[in-house]
Amino acid sequence: MTPPANPLALIAELTHRCPLHCVYCSNPVELTNRAEELPTEIWSRVFQEASHLGVLQADFTGGEPLARTDILELIRAARMAGLYVNLITSGMPMDQARLAKLIEAGLDHLQLSFQGAREDTAQEISGTKSHAQKLRVLEWLKKVRVAVTLNFVIHRRNIDQIEEMLEIAESSSATRIEFANVQYYGWAFANRESLLPTRAQLDRSLEVIKNAETRLRGKIRIESVVPDYYAKYPKPCMGGWGRKLVLITPNGDALPCHAAKVIPGLHFANVKQSALKEIWETSEAFETFRGEAWMQEPCKSCDRRAVDFGGCRCQALLLAGDPAATDPVCSLSPNRSKVDALLADLNGSIATAGVVPAPPAEAALTKPDWLYRPNPS
Amino acid sequence: MMSPDLQSRPRLAPGCRLNDANKQQQVLLMPERALRLNGPSLEIVQRCDGNHTVLQIITELQQIYSKAEPKKVETDILGYLTLLSDQRALDFE
Repeated sequence: MTPPANPLALIAELTHRCPLHCVYCSNPVELTNRAEELPTEIWSRVFQEASHLGVLQADFTGGEPLARTDILELIRAARMAGLYVNLITSGMPMDQARLAKLIEAGLDHLQLSFQGAREDTAQEISGTKSHAQKLRVLEWLKKVRVAVTLNFVIHRRNIDQIEEMLEIAESSSATRIEFANVQYYGWAFANRESLLPTRAQLDRSLEVIKNAETRLRGKIRIESVVPDYYAKYPKPCMGGWGRKLVLITPNGDALPCHAAKVIPGLHFANVKQSALKEIWETSEAFETFRGEAWMQEPCKSCDRRAVDFGGCRCQALLLAGDPAATDPVCSLSPNRSKVDALLADLNGSIATAGVVPAPPAEAALTKPDWLYRPNPS
Repeated sequence: MMSPDLQSRPRLAPGCRLNDANKQQQVLLMPERALRLNGPSLEIVQRCDGNHTVLQIITELQQIYSKAEPKKVETDILGYLTLLSDQRALDFE
């Protein structure tokens, strides 16, 4: 088989430590302990190797990447290696002086997460008071020179706040907004029944977002990710398995995506033992779902197989029990009925003529029994 | 935006920059995105420095690409600047 094209992005999952406990977190349910985190020197080497391999951008994420006391050295090391540095942060362990130092160290882009448009929602979802601090960070960002994205994580509890979220964004210096509907992995999968929006909520949100995209063209770039349970075809997850990016976990395991550890039997190489080029080109975990040989029907002979690559392997495992199956959110999947059943429960059964289905309004208002993500020891 | 003002001076927005010059492929880097730059697009982006007016960029590229139809060069440049603006990669001063 010809060697794969070079990866374009390195996702550096620097730590699983985090001051928030978001119920939608996509970190694995088994979090890495602080003691196992890679030291600065190894990350620096990984950045060099990534750059030589053709990687253009590093995403510093976690947990909360600012929990790393060496974050300035890491930013400098990534820039010295020739990488563009994105920081994906909650904004919590931040003050104005620290922000200035991050930018001085060479930070290109800061993506600030929002759990809602209001303090009460944010507190419910993140398990801690967090919203006011984020608004402070927005004020500080107005005075510095860095690209700013606001990432609003969307689900049933806040999908009706899109207009308020836009107000927050428009009064900030952000030039980009992501409306990121929760995807169901890790903690989000555990809390799924409480997070999925209704069809009516989703349709309304898409309308609001579409209008905002038009209104804000040239001022703010809006990107939105819909919950794929409601889609007809699956997302081309990660741009295809082992095609565009490599994720390094806090202890150095190299994964094709953040959820890959749910797939049993996969062996993951570690950057402590292996060079990134070797991992990318030959490691078992990366090779296992490359190309088309692993595909089952209907993917195997589907016209879309080079478009969406059969969807998400981890989702196929989570929903159908088989990582090589067609992603069950695909309308062509024999397992689509499982997804439909979940959505039918949520949205109420199909109306017979003249009978309006009971909207799950009460379900949307009562606070669910959340499983909160803890901080690893 | 409708079409860039000919007298305005485009500048790369914060967090938008070229990759290192010694790389094989020149790329315009921005949040979670990279645009490959070839001859004309690289020439345009290099002039988005807050000093060149849109008109100057057009004139200079018409000189460089003297074999191309000048009107087409102008249309292509305005289109590309609009695209970059929509991506929020440019500020116009």
